[in-house]
Amino acid sequence: MPEKYHIDIREAEPRFTPVGKYSIIDMYEQCARGCRNCVKRKCVYDIHKHHESFIRDMKGPVTFLNECMNCLSCVQDCTRGALTRVVNPEFRWLGSGTWSPDQIINIWKQASTGKIPVSGAGYGGPFSGKGFDSMWTDMSEIVRPTRDGIHGREYISTSVDVGAKLPNLMFDPSGGLMVDPPPMIELPVPFVIQQPEFGDVSIKTLTAMAIAARRLNTLLVISTEYIRDELLDYADVIAPRIKGVDIDSCSEFIKKARMVEVANVEDVSILIEKVKAINENVVVSIRHKLNLDSEDHIVEMVLKGAEVIHLIADLNGEIIDGGHIKDSFRRIHTRLVDENLRDRTTLMASGGIAMAEHMAKIIICGADVVSLGMPFMVGMECRMCMNCENGMECPVDMANIPAEYGATRITNLAAAWRNQLLEVLGAMGIREVRRLRGEFGRAMFMEDLERETFGRLFGGKEVAR
Amino acid sequence: MNITTREKASVSRQVRLTPSRYRNPIGKYKIIRSSACIGCGKCAELCPYGVHERLGESGKMIRPKDYRCHGFDCSGNDYFCIDKCPVNALSIKVNPTYNGLGDFRWTNDMLISTWDQAENGRIVNSSLESYIGNSGGGFDKLRFRFPDNPDKIIDKSQVDMSLKLNRRNDDKETYDIKIDVPWYGGGMSFGSISENTMEAKARVASAWNTFTCTGEGGYPQILYPYDDHVITQVATGLFGVMEETIARVKFVEFKYAQGAKPGLGGHLLGDKNTPDVARMRQAVVGTSLFSPFPFHSVYSIEDHKKHVDWIKSINPKALISAKVSTPSDVDMVAVGCYYAGVNIVHIDGSYGGTGAAPNIAKKNIAMPIEYAIPKVHEFLMNEGIRDNITLIASGGIRNAQDIAKAIALGADGCVIGTSELVALECIRCGNCESGRGCARGIATTDGELKKKIDLEYATQRLINLYNSYYNQIVDILVRLGLSSIAELRGRTDLMYHIDYSNDVAVV
Repeated sequence: MPEKYHIDIREAEPRFTPVGKYSIIDMYEQCARGCRNCVKRKCVYDIHKHHESFIRDMKGPVTFLNECMNCLSCVQDCTRGALTRVVNPEFRWLGSGTWSPDQIINIWKQASTGKIPVSGAGYGGPFSGKGFDSMWTDMSEIVRPTRDGIHGREYISTSVDVGAKLPNLMFDPSGGLMVDPPPMIELPVPFVIQQPEFGDVSIKTLTAMAIAARRLNTLLVISTEYIRDELLDYADVIAPRIKGVDIDSCSEFIKKARMVEVANVEDVSILIEKVKAINENVVVSIRHKLNLDSEDHIVEMVLKGAEVIHLIADLNGEIIDGGHIKDSFRRIHTRLVDENLRDRTTLMASGGIAMAEHMAKIIICGADVVSLGMPFMVGMECRMCMNCENGMECPVDMANIPAEYGATRITNLAAAWRNQLLEVLGAMGIREVRRLRGEFGRAMFMEDLERETFGRLFGGKEVAR
Repeated sequence: MNITTREKASVSRQVRLTPSRYRNPIGKYKIIRSSACIGCGKCAELCPYGVHERLGESGKMIRPKDYRCHGFDCSGNDYFCIDKCPVNALSIKVNPTYNGLGDFRWTNDMLISTWDQAENGRIVNSSLESYIGNSGGGFDKLRFRFPDNPDKIIDKSQVDMSLKLNRRNDDKETYDIKIDVPWYGGGMSFGSISENTMEAKARVASAWNTFTCTGEGGYPQILYPYDDHVITQVATGLFGVMEETIARVKFVEFKYAQGAKPGLGGHLLGDKNTPDVARMRQAVVGTSLFSPFPFHSVYSIEDHKKHVDWIKSINPKALISAKVSTPSDVDMVAVGCYYAGVNIVHIDGSYGGTGAAPNIAKKNIAMPIEYAIPKVHEFLMNEGIRDNITLIASGGIRNAQDIAKAIALGADGCVIGTSELVALECIRCGNCESGRGCARGIATTDGELKKKIDLEYATQRLINLYNSYYNQIVDILVRLGLSSIAELRGRTDLMYHIDYSNDVAVV
């Protein structure tokens, strides 16, 4: 088999004290003082010890602020009952929209360690929810994808193809190829990195993303107004994102690029021609903001030869006119399959993808590849506080992140997400992420299960909630 | 085969008051006694729940046992201490630790209520919501439809709660075992939980004439006195599986998959592989132990039958169970298990417990048990084999009403795991695997931490919990006019779902 793809993981401690979920409040006036039985000394996780050492040396790390594991041992054992566990109010402020504080903290941990989130006890979240939370992935009781585990020598492939495909090949009598296949990019991971929609983005931040894109052997999509000559060293992984007239400002980048993204403007075909005139081997992706009746338009785009269509929802996964990106993708994928057009184009998804499971789920719903911006920003410690949008200071000084460090955080997160994708694929008995695309049969949708089970058993119409 | 015999243990199922092992039990409310208190003892006289206690006749008031407090529900009563205190020294508020306790499935009320039941053997603090979680689906939206006057008047003492485990009519050789309660204890391995927890689980199984399961990790000697109430598990890593242990039990379980991590293997870190654990698992100390997925010898139902035959050749009378997860084809899997010769199909739903699993698997892979039970039940009915197999459900069964709901959806019985641990004061912090293991001594092999669990305490808490569950389910049956738990099976007509309008008004 070809060489196995591997992402190196390196520990990358946070630069700023991360916001923790729990903390302990000490009602000092209730303390017995001189109590020889102080529970603080017995903390399994040594949090109180770290607290004390901080008081002695205030230049030391403030790690105790985010270390409380909520075991409640000290709260419950204190002789005078002087301790209380509280949920850190700052924790509740983390995130934005559907990006919950728990998701933010989990992304931070993955970016620090590169490890997938593991915990004990059962799942404690809601039964189901909106968007991605209303589907479950399937598993196979006896099929295994590889003979020596998901990380074995015989591996599960996460490679995807980006570009247009011909419906068929033609050969001349001597066996020579008679058609000219369009350019195609093979990415070893089913995602590209994109510059996020907001954030205190500086050249350092972008360099961090570019280094990571090169290490991961994927692409980095950057809007032209952010492109600087300093980034020319990374032009091979940068996919410039152009609106129209700005094409000239980045022709140097287009010459070296593998992919270019263009806005879905009125005369997009002329724009694509201009791009191809600069570099004929470049794959062009067309950005299209999803709305409720995108299907006809997308069929039209494919018929006109769109190589990649990047379908965009907002940060919460919602599309214009309402609805969720996953439902849009199911409709679009099904329509393209019905029209016998699905394999001609590549569908890229972005918006609302905040966890590794969302990546797997949107691929099940019909995406070939996803474009991730916000997760990697959060990986570089962004808190989604929106200070930058309101002209205030970034609490984690994003603009001055050391590029090398930022790249490590991104690759760690990418490794953790890829490994989680492998877990899901392994459970399903699928050996290739290309085969996961549009496999609705390998997922269970809440509305179907609900209709087949409770709807049938408990009759009639659903009561409006 | 050399089977070491030991005297069979006999454990009483009598309820005994077993308070928390912590100095400050967590309750919903906090009572604050200010320095204005004159120690008159009025509150201690008034409170029927034992919140206020006085040292001796004219002694000082001790710190309020506020975990027993019924809170604001009590405010209308003529014994409401806050109003009756002559010097207004008492105040009440919601305990700040209560906020942030628990999660959507196991809410703070449900945790505290389970502790209450484990302490008293029944629900004492009725101010807590013991049955309905906050998950917004499944069991949390199902309710029983209790008639005002049941058709039949049933005497509580006459209700038959027993569960027959072997229903095959082609299998007369296997043990014909009935357990006294429609549930048994879940598999937790030696190495994942402390010895005292494990032995306490076996002791309660023996007291209530039901079973507990070893999990995948071998059969430690401490369980020998409870052989008749122990299920030994054969899982994919085959750790600790020996002819001797297969032969000494009456019940063997194949674990094909686990609800919390369906389709994923297990991994015991090298640090956890202590000399004791390694001996039990027949492995080298300090090496990481992988339990692969799936059984590498099983690709089909025929292969599975080969497995059953293998166990039967060692222990011809053993009951055989197949524990499977809940994929979309779980109904076919269950039918296949029947034809391969098992007595029990055990479906483990995706929201079940675990010592450690990737979060992505716990949340996403396979369907919740509430959907799987009716699916399997009806498929087995249509196949004409429903009465020849025992269907056991697990994975998200949190309290007595969940057990009854699962049975009404079509299961014969349930397996409980997390609620047993909660009875031992687990708070579901989810850190079973991190560092030295469970900080509360339940799921750890750390020499110091495991001392936090006392065998006597653990046994009694579980016995109390079982007693509470038993009586609550009996109560449900009586209110529904049913004389046995078997009559409840598949009676979805006795329930309603609050999202759907059938002929019942939404309460």
